Amino acid sequence: MAKKILTTPISAEDIEALHVGDVVYLTGHLTTCRDVAHRRLVEEKRALPVDLKDGAILHAGPIIRPMGEDSYEMVSVGPTTSMRMEKFEEEFIHETGVRLIIGKGGMGAGTMRGCHDCKAVQAVFPAGNAVLAATRVEKIESVHWKDLGMPESLWTCKVNEFGPLIITIDAHNRNLFEEKKVIYNERKEKVFAEICPQVRFIK
Amino acid sequence: MTKAEAVEKLTDTMAKFYAYSGKHLPDDIQKKLAELSAAETNPLAQSIYATMKKNQELANELDRPSCQDTGAAQFFLKCGANFPYMGELPAILKEAVRRATKEAPLRHNAVETFDEYNTGENVAHGIPSIFWEIVPDSDKLDIHTYMAGGGCTLPGHAKVLMPGEGYEGVVKYVLDVMTSYGLNACPPLLVGVGVGTSIDTAALQSKKALMRPLGSHNPNPRAAKLEELLTEGIDKLGLGPQGLGGDHSVMGVHVENSARHPSVIGVAVNVGCWAHRRGHIVFDRDLNYTIDSHTGVHF
Repeated sequence: MAKKILTTPISAEDIEALHVGDVVYLTGHLTTCRDVAHRRLVEEKRALPVDLKDGAILHAGPIIRPMGEDSYEMVSVGPTTSMRMEKFEEEFIHETGVRLIIGKGGMGAGTMRGCHDCKAVQAVFPAGNAVLAATRVEKIESVHWKDLGMPESLWTCKVNEFGPLIITIDAHNRNLFEEKKVIYNERKEKVFAEICPQVRFIK
Repeated sequence: MTKAEAVEKLTDTMAKFYAYSGKHLPDDIQKKLAELSAAETNPLAQSIYATMKKNQELANELDRPSCQDTGAAQFFLKCGANFPYMGELPAILKEAVRRATKEAPLRHNAVETFDEYNTGENVAHGIPSIFWEIVPDSDKLDIHTYMAGGGCTLPGHAKVLMPGEGYEGVVKYVLDVMTSYGLNACPPLLVGVGVGTSIDTAALQSKKALMRPLGSHNPNPRAAKLEELLTEGIDKLGLGPQGLGGDHSVMGVHVENSARHPSVIGVAVNVGCWAHRRGHIVFDRDLNYTIDSHTGVHF
């Protein structure tokens, strides 16, 4: 099967064609955006210094090597726990018009509503694979909010076939992690019942 | 060797070893990941394992930290009472992390609390964390290094149970953490469980459990049995790599324990992600050293 590639700017039609479990790659622009940047936009009502309309964000704090004035090398970059941004994401999607949210692990009902209402998706890049991801970054084009330090600054990158990205929330009200969680919890009850009789050490 | 030369040698070795441990997983973790990958039958999980393998090869080839979250530094020391540089160790370890951060490079992960700023050096008040055990009649220094990433630190839980909840309560507590926070913490996980009296004793043990080599067992047969039951049980949840489903969930479950007050059972859970960046180095009094976590490494 041919690689499915999304290119920024991403259209609503591109998003509607995606379903949970699909694997895609991103070519174009990708901006790192995590805890404090979300908080500044949503709670502090500060405008983001980067236009994310029809664009993509990565919940990540990279390792960057400065290469002289305003020039940087992406050393390692990979997703951080997306659930930390859940509190802000629905409003973030509405405010920015972002189409693709790349992170790690599941997100909740707010993100699902945002993805459905504004035609966006959440995807997982397999975490811990930060060198592989960095080799898909062709160039760091700009950096904003450097006062937040290396992990939290907004690093806008030009990427080529950045992935694999596994779609975990689509625009059709499906959430892969939540569906998996139901199965894991059912299995957990069974496992618990099996183990219990074997650990009755207090008698 | 003058004292100043000795301090420099220790600092230099620890800086190099700490940086190295961010780029290369320990032998036991690499071996276990290869086993889990070979045994996996789920196609999406297989492709994630293949991505992980490729990443470790690239980290080695390009000499870069394999995961961008190079953690907050933690050191677990067993220091002989006669080790000649005991008093210098806190400053040595802090300087070693500072140097490793520049040279590797590692991510700046030390944020001062309340003042809320990133120091930009990866060291701050209480980072690196240093946990001491003093060993009588010894002149050796035994150090476990650990890069405590955010993702694998986040599931950390501790609670004091009532004895009526029993070890059944301990099992439930661990399983609940796995299905709630565990799947976001980069499975397959190494799960550390501490069983003791208060949350602090249990919590420290749950982290020390992560320093044990894979395949080791608690010397108490019942605790070892619990390790085995939890390993099989959590595997049956089928979390798979990244929590997206697969045949296994864990690299292992380690239980560490101490006695308890009759009225309580303290329990804690700490997890290590698949990129479990632990190192183990032992110095003698002349600062000759052996590294048993990573074969063939010498600086």
